[in-house]
Amino acid sequence: MLSRWIENQVWLGAAQAGITMVAALLVVWVTDRLKLGLKKDILVSLGRGIVQIVLVGFLLTVIFSADLWIAIPVILGMIAIASVMTIQRVKNIPNALWISLVGIAAGAGLVISVMTFLGVIEQALTSIIPIGSMMVYGAMNTNALMIERFRSEVTSHVGQIEAGLALGASPEQVIRPYTRRAVSAALTPNINGLRSLGIVWIPGAMAGMVLSGQNPAYAGFYQFVVSGSIFVTASITVLISIVLLRKQVFSKAEQLLLRAGEGV
Amino acid sequence: MVQEREHVTGQPEEPFLSVEGLTYQVDGQTILSGVSFEVWAGERVAVFGPSGVGKSTLIRLLNRLDEPTSGTIRISGQDYRDISPRLLRRRLGMVMQSPNLFPGTVADNLRFGPHAHGETLSDDMIRTLLSGVDLAGLEDREVSKLSGGEAQRVNLARTLANQPEALLLDEPTSALDQAAKRDVEETILSVINTQNVTCILVTHDRAQVTRLAERVLLLEDGRLVADGSIAEVLDAE
Repeated sequence: MLSRWIENQVWLGAAQAGITMVAALLVVWVTDRLKLGLKKDILVSLGRGIVQIVLVGFLLTVIFSADLWIAIPVILGMIAIASVMTIQRVKNIPNALWISLVGIAAGAGLVISVMTFLGVIEQALTSIIPIGSMMVYGAMNTNALMIERFRSEVTSHVGQIEAGLALGASPEQVIRPYTRRAVSAALTPNINGLRSLGIVWIPGAMAGMVLSGQNPAYAGFYQFVVSGSIFVTASITVLISIVLLRKQVFSKAEQLLLRAGEGV
Repeated sequence: MVQEREHVTGQPEEPFLSVEGLTYQVDGQTILSGVSFEVWAGERVAVFGPSGVGKSTLIRLLNRLDEPTSGTIRISGQDYRDISPRLLRRRLGMVMQSPNLFPGTVADNLRFGPHAHGETLSDDMIRTLLSGVDLAGLEDREVSKLSGGEAQRVNLARTLANQPEALLLDEPTSALDQAAKRDVEETILSVINTQNVTCILVTHDRAQVTRLAERVLLLEDGRLVADGSIAEVLDAE
C-alpha cells in the first residue's frame, strides 16, 4: 500500500521503518505498563539500531561505488571492531583482544579470500561486504562464546587441572577436556543453525534474494553457501583462538594462572 | 636445630631437599617469609601450624604449582628451576587435600601420571599399587562410586604410580570423617614405611603429627619458628 503513495525508494524505506518503529514503541508501552524494567534498554536499542543500520545503508551506497579493493579495509575494520566487541563480553583473560583479532582475521580472512577467489562469492562489493560481514559477525559471536565457556570450564576445574599438573602432565594434556568442551559448546549453535536451515527459519540472505525476485531454488543454494561459510569461518576462528588462549592461562613454569574470581 | 648429617665415611651428606629463604607474596600480602630448612632422604617431616599460616602455600611451592617471590629450592643440590616442572612434579609427588580424581575408573586414574610422560602402567603394577593402599580389586570401579576415604587412597596410589622420590601430603585427611581418616593414615604409614619414601606432611592436627612424622617444622604467620623433633617442638609450645 505504501509503495503506491511513495515512489522514492529511500523515503519508502523510511516510511516502512517508521511503521515498524511505531509497533516497537507499542511494545515499549506494554512493557512499561507491566513494569518489566526494560523501557530504557529497549528505547536505547531501538534508537541505536535504526541509526546504525541506516548510516550503514548510506555508507554502503558510497562504498559500492568505489573500487573492488575497498573491500579489504572495510572487512579489516569489521574484524577490528568485532575483536573489541568480543573482549567486552569476556573477563579475566589476558590478551583476549589479540587472540580474537588473530582468530577472526584468520578465519574470516581465509574463507572470504578463498571463496571470492574461487568465485563462490561474486567478486563484487555488493556480495563481498555483506557476506563478509555475516562471517565476521558469526566468528565474533562464536569466539566470545568459546572464550567465556573456556574461562568458566577452567575456573570450575582448578582442582583437577592442578592435580594433573602435579602428576607431571603438560598444560595441554590437563586442559584438553576443557578446550574440547569450550569449542564444542561454541560451535553447537552454528551446527544447530545448519540443521534447521530452511525448516524453522529462512535466513536473511535467502529471504533478501527471494524478496528481490531471485529464483528461490538458487536462493536456497546460495543461502547454504552463506551459512556454510559462516560455519567454516567460525570453526577456524575458534580453533585458532583456543590454541592461543590455552597458552595464556599457564605460566612458563606450567602453573595455572586463572582461578575463579581472579584475573591473570 | 637442623644438624649437618654425616655418612659413616665422614663425608657430609647432601640434603635431599634444601629450601632457601622462600618468600611468597600475593597482592602485596606476605604469605611466607624467608622460610629455610632441609629435608634428608627418608625423613618424615610435618609442617605444622594453625590454618592460614602458609603451610599449603609452602607445599605448593615445593611442587612448583606456584612461583616464589624470592628464594629457591634445591633437590639433591640442584636448583629446582633447572629441573623441568614436569620432572620435578614427578619426583616430588603431591597428594592434595581433595582427591580431584579424573572421571573414569580407578585404573584410568592410576595410569594418568605414567601416560603423561609416555609410559604405560601395567595391570600388574596397578594391582600392586592398589593392594598397597588397601584397595585391591577396585581397579575397574568408577571413581564416582568411591567413598571419601577410598578416593583419597586412590589419590595416594595415583601419585605413587609416578614412583616419586618424595611425597608431599597436603592435609590428606582433613576432608574425611574420623574412621576414614584413621584408615588413610594407616595406609600412608604403611606406604612410607614399606617404600622408605621421603615424606613432607602438611597438617594442623597435632595428633596426626605424632602418628605420621618424626620431625616438625612449626609455621606461624608465614615464618618458620621452630624445627626439630616432636618432643622439641610440640612439647615446647
